[in-house]
Amino acid sequence: MPLAIVIAALVVGSVLFHLVSPWWQTPIASNWASIDSALDVTLWICGLAFVVLNLFLANAVWRYRHRPGHKAHYEPENAALEKRLTFWTGIGIIGMLAPGLAAWDKYVTVPEDAALVEAVGQQWQWSFRYPGPDGVLGAAGVMHITPENTLGLDPTDPFGRDDILVEAGDMHLPVDQPVKMVLRSKDVLHDFYVPEFRAKMDLVPGIVTYFWMTPTVAGDFEILCAELCGVGHHEMRGKVVVEDRAAFDAWQAEQITFGEVLAQASPASRYAMFATADVCIGTSNWSNP
Amino acid sequence: MATTLADDLRPLHHPKTWIGKYVWSQDHKVIAVQYGVTAVGIGLVALVLSVLMRLQLGFPGSVPWIQPENYLQLVSMHGMIMVVYLLTALLLGGFGNYLIPLMVGARDMVFPYVNMLSYWVYLLSVIVLVAGFFVPGGATGAGWTLYPPQAITEGTPGYSWGIVSMLVSLAIFIIAFTMGGLNYVTTVLQARCKGMTLMRMPLSVWGIFTASIMGLLAFPALFVAAIMMLLDHLAGTSFFMPTLFSFGQTTDTVGGNPILFQHLFWFFGHPEVYIVALPAFGIVSDLISVHARRNIFGYRMMVWAIVIIGGLSFLVWAHHMYVSGMNPYFGFFFAISTLVIAIPTAIKVYNWLLTLWRGDIHLRVPMLFAIAFIFTFIHGGLTGLFLGNVSVDVPLSDTYFVVGHFHMVMGVSPVLVIFGAIYHWYPKMTGRMWNKTLGQMHFWFTFLGTYAIYMPMHYIGILGVPRRYFALGETAFIPDSVAIANAGITIAAIVVFLAQGLFFINMIWSLFRGPKADPNPWGAASLEWQTPDTPPVHGNWGPKLPTVYRWAYDYSVPRPERDFIPQNEPPA
Repeated sequence: MPLAIVIAALVVGSVLFHLVSPWWQTPIASNWASIDSALDVTLWICGLAFVVLNLFLANAVWRYRHRPGHKAHYEPENAALEKRLTFWTGIGIIGMLAPGLAAWDKYVTVPEDAALVEAVGQQWQWSFRYPGPDGVLGAAGVMHITPENTLGLDPTDPFGRDDILVEAGDMHLPVDQPVKMVLRSKDVLHDFYVPEFRAKMDLVPGIVTYFWMTPTVAGDFEILCAELCGVGHHEMRGKVVVEDRAAFDAWQAEQITFGEVLAQASPASRYAMFATADVCIGTSNWSNP
Repeated sequence: MATTLADDLRPLHHPKTWIGKYVWSQDHKVIAVQYGVTAVGIGLVALVLSVLMRLQLGFPGSVPWIQPENYLQLVSMHGMIMVVYLLTALLLGGFGNYLIPLMVGARDMVFPYVNMLSYWVYLLSVIVLVAGFFVPGGATGAGWTLYPPQAITEGTPGYSWGIVSMLVSLAIFIIAFTMGGLNYVTTVLQARCKGMTLMRMPLSVWGIFTASIMGLLAFPALFVAAIMMLLDHLAGTSFFMPTLFSFGQTTDTVGGNPILFQHLFWFFGHPEVYIVALPAFGIVSDLISVHARRNIFGYRMMVWAIVIIGGLSFLVWAHHMYVSGMNPYFGFFFAISTLVIAIPTAIKVYNWLLTLWRGDIHLRVPMLFAIAFIFTFIHGGLTGLFLGNVSVDVPLSDTYFVVGHFHMVMGVSPVLVIFGAIYHWYPKMTGRMWNKTLGQMHFWFTFLGTYAIYMPMHYIGILGVPRRYFALGETAFIPDSVAIANAGITIAAIVVFLAQGLFFINMIWSLFRGPKADPNPWGAASLEWQTPDTPPVHGNWGPKLPTVYRWAYDYSVPRPERDFIPQNEPPA
């Protein structure tokens, strides 16, 4: 009998906990409100099922507890009831899937006007690259990495010369501009994760992964790594600064381009950079995303 | 009645020495206990690891030797031990071995010698696993998912030797499981007694049977993944290894694909969830039916649900990989298949509830655990719909929501069933009864304590706190209240940890001092309670095998004065 009371109390307690919990989603700072509403729909349907099923459980335990003279009812099955329950479960599933899949459809469809920004992960820091005036990220790959060319740009690719490099610094984004984040890892799996943006995606060495979003709120947000990447995983932090267009342009003008890196390099290190382009012919090379 | 070949006891090779009887035993019941004790033993190691982990999270720095690398080792070893070496081994090697021959009316497994080998090879896998703690560099800290490249590259604890111990141990475990699994499947198919049709088998057998088939199909994917990673690590192949720039060095691996490993791992890993869940589903169905004195509601539907869940679970693996970088269009398929699997699962829940409805519920200790399982499984099952629903998974993946979800659904829920099952069958296994008060105390601490641990984790996860973090540090979006929650969770974890002492005291004390148990104390109809001896002796059934005349759920049938009819009782 205490069990029935405790289960009912746990249901009530869980609902109260939900209502008074200080922990809920961070204020959203991107276009992904559709993900939040899919989560809300899922929560309402699941929450309802949780309350109804467990209160039924508590009620059954209470009502049909053993007492002297009480006997169970013999009823092997009830096909009509089982069909009804299956039907309503199916309705609930469709109710959750519809907004979930609709949001996913948007998630995998990158808008035409999205700006490109690349995030490069390594144990345990973030770097970034912008395509520059040509709007194209030059080819890059780990085989091109030298002490001066830390992001591994292909020095022979003309599209890479105007690329803007931010090594281990802050990432800046203009507010309300859709952005396609292309992701690259030098070493192991990482995951680009800004809780306020909702979106996230793994960085996988050897391939380029992507997701897109539109930052909608100006401010500073913390970048975390959400895929276990070794002992420094919890310290792999970065910062993204979302600001208005003018501030973004001014910031970008201050950053160094790959062309400038090449120009400033000593002849010996420039030679080393170009040497990587020769040896890597025939091996996998990251193309322009 | 005439005797048949199966009645002949001579081929059983009764052991003549103590060692033959209890060590190199071919008796399924002794092997079951060997499996069970070994699994619980290594499970206790995993339990201690989890408490150490919680101490670091709840009270950072309270255990000075836990550094980030040690924390990751605790996480990884805890996860792998719990999933594979405790839950799989205990539910299939332990309960599968004990229950299948007794429940289907067989004298033993059909391959007793292979069955014995299965246990000893399993023990070897556990020894190799534990050896990982003592190799140079310590155990692997790659997470229980062992994702390459980091599992075998610098920067991850145990990347040189710990991972070798883990992969070799898994390969050995899979060999052991294959020997056991073939036995369970063949015994169910070939050694049922007269009258025991498939649709008269108790659901425990159905769950274990289906899970064994699934294991035989799923574990090979893990086996090849382990071998391929060993080759990448030791022989310089590049199955999972592209060219990396790691710690100032360009590796000479070329063209491998880390996501390939994830596909292989989860092709095993997701069915693995159900390899653990289906035996638990089956066992809990029997517990609920016996103690509610009511036939399991919708038996045929329950059987089909088990089979359908088993089949569908091979089509949902990539829901663990929505943000892995695989082709994002896969998300549509895997979200749909994942949520479809919720339908047969929900049917099982409804039928458990409808079994209780209009029952005569005896709230004995095994039943307390069974009912608590329904609660925790509803909770864990529903949160799985969040994570399966592709776009909703994006913000939640790799947060504490995931930790809370899978601990509710495949940690707490099967463990509650395991405890319920141990209390339920203990009188048959030992011939003695446990102490009721200790059992009830153990239940309340475990049930309420685990809910206090995992319930808040979901909310911390929705906030966005990532998992597998040694320390949260100064993070703008994480308020101080999360540290308070973490401390509270740790305290609850310690209470639950200590409460398990009540269980072990009860079991061990009762083994020697418990009152003598009735051969069928719960009035159960299934065959294992109708043995001529309690505990059953080698060969199980005396000179004649039983004959079955009815299903396992004839409880409270209108006519008889008794409220159950044993399966082997002839029709009046």
